[in-house]
Order: sequence, then structure tokens, then C-alpha cells
Amino acid sequence: MIETAFTPWASLAGGVLIGIASTLLMLFIGRIMGATGILAGLFQPSSASDFAWRATLLAGMVTGPAVVWLFSGKMPAVETPMSTVALVVGGLIVGVGVFLGSGCTSGHGVCGMARLSPRSIVATLTFMTFTFATVFVIRHMIGA
Amino acid sequence: MKLITTYLIGVVFGVGISISGMANPAKVLNFFDLAGHWDPSLILVMGGALATTFIGYKLVFGRSAPVFEPNFNLPGSRVIDAKLVGGSAIFGIGWGISGFCPGGALPALGTGRWEVFAFTIALVAGIFLARLLPNVGARQEEKDARIQSSS
Repeated sequence: MIETAFTPWASLAGGVLIGIASTLLMLFIGRIMGATGILAGLFQPSSASDFAWRATLLAGMVTGPAVVWLFSGKMPAVETPMSTVALVVGGLIVGVGVFLGSGCTSGHGVCGMARLSPRSIVATLTFMTFTFATVFVIRHMIGA
Repeated sequence: MKLITTYLIGVVFGVGISISGMANPAKVLNFFDLAGHWDPSLILVMGGALATTFIGYKLVFGRSAPVFEPNFNLPGSRVIDAKLVGGSAIFGIGWGISGFCPGGALPALGTGRWEVFAFTIALVAGIFLARLLPNVGARQEEKDARIQSSS
């Protein structure tokens, strides 16, 4: 386990920026800012223009860390206190789950909750509960 | 114009994820570790994002249509079924193992760290795997009614 410091202001500012981006995507192209939907649709676009907005949005997302580096001189921290096997197995499980559940933290947890969608409220409560439980099992029962 | 706009929206999202800590699995997992060195930062990420989007959507849905499209494209399904709950539970387990959610990992690709690429390739493989399961291959969006917001 790696200890991390409580960062209230940076996290709040980051959250507000995520909210601004979600609002702007709805304002300009009428879409939910959901990472799962944007990524899954990229591999099965309904048209060339459908592919284009997803690809440019994704390109913008990937530019984010470099912009932070330009202004702060530091790349955002990415610390992975788990084995590569856990990272890959976790990634596979996340992929299956978000596809079946039709969304993740951004789509259900932010955009769907903001629309007071009953599906998104149920989805968010469910995945948050299972994430808490999984971390408890891994860290305090298995002791990894 | 539309594609420059979506690119810039992606940058705002990517910067937001980067400074919030959502791109850092150690920080994400410490939020979920109530019995360990708890880091409550993610409450502020979720709270800030949710409150901003809630207000933002209220303003946006006052319009009859988005700027570049004729209609708002909102998920129309209202069904709470085993697929939604089961899929979300599976996602929670994977998030607890890896510390990455899709929205955290995609911007984090820009750090160039191989761990993020390993996760993201597995994530995409998982999405393709789920598509192979019977009765779930069709795109949810195609099944959802394309409704225009009237609120």
C-alpha cells in the first residue's frame, strides 16, 4: 500500500472541471460524458462523424496530463500498488462490468446521477459498494 | 468547429481527472480503504463533478437542442435489471482490484506509463469479451429510444 495525502482543493477543482466538461459535451453535441460509452462506441461507430467526435474527445483527454505538466512542471502521479497480473485481470473485469452495466463512474456516477436517472443511481450505489467490499477483502482479509 | 470543440472538452476532462487524483490508483484505492489509511479526496471529486453537472445540465436542458446537433442523445432505458446491477457489481470488483476506472485510465494514458496501457488494453479486451456473451452484443444505444429532452 502507498499512503496518499488528502488533497481537498485539487480534488474539488478537478471534480468541478470534470463537471464543466460533462456540461459542455451535453451543450455542444448532446451527449453523456461517459468514458465507457465513448470508448465502446469508438470500436463500433454508427458513422464517420460519430467516430470523429469520440476520437477527438479521447485525444483531448490524453492531452490532459501534458497540460498539467506545462502549468505545474509535474506529470500527474500514477502509482500502482498492485501486481501487473492484478492490473490486467482488474482491467478485464472492469471491461466486462462496464459493458454489461452500460456505464462507469463518469457516465453513471456523474452524468446519470446529475440527471437523477434511477438506473444510474442503482448502478453507482452497486459499484461503489462492491469496490469498498473488494478493497476490504484484498487488504484486510487476504492481506495483499 | 465541432471537432475542435470536442477535443477541447476532452482536454478539460483530462486536466480535471489529472488534478483530481482519479488517474492515480493508489489514491483511488485509499479512498475505498476505510479500514486503512483513508484518503477522503474522492468525495470532493465526485461531489464537485456531480454538483457542477447537475447545475450545468439544468441550464443546458433549458435549450431545445445542442449547439452542433439537432437532438439531445440521452439513454432512454428505465429498466433496472440483473444486467445493470450485475454489470455494475462486476465493475466494482474490477475497480477494487485495479484502482482504475475507465474515466481515470483514459486521460492517464497521456502520462505514458506502461501500467496504464496494460490496464487499458485489458479494459478494451473485457469490453469485446462482454460483447461475445449471448444477448448482450447489441449496442445499448441502439436499443435505447433516442429521446429528445423535454425537461
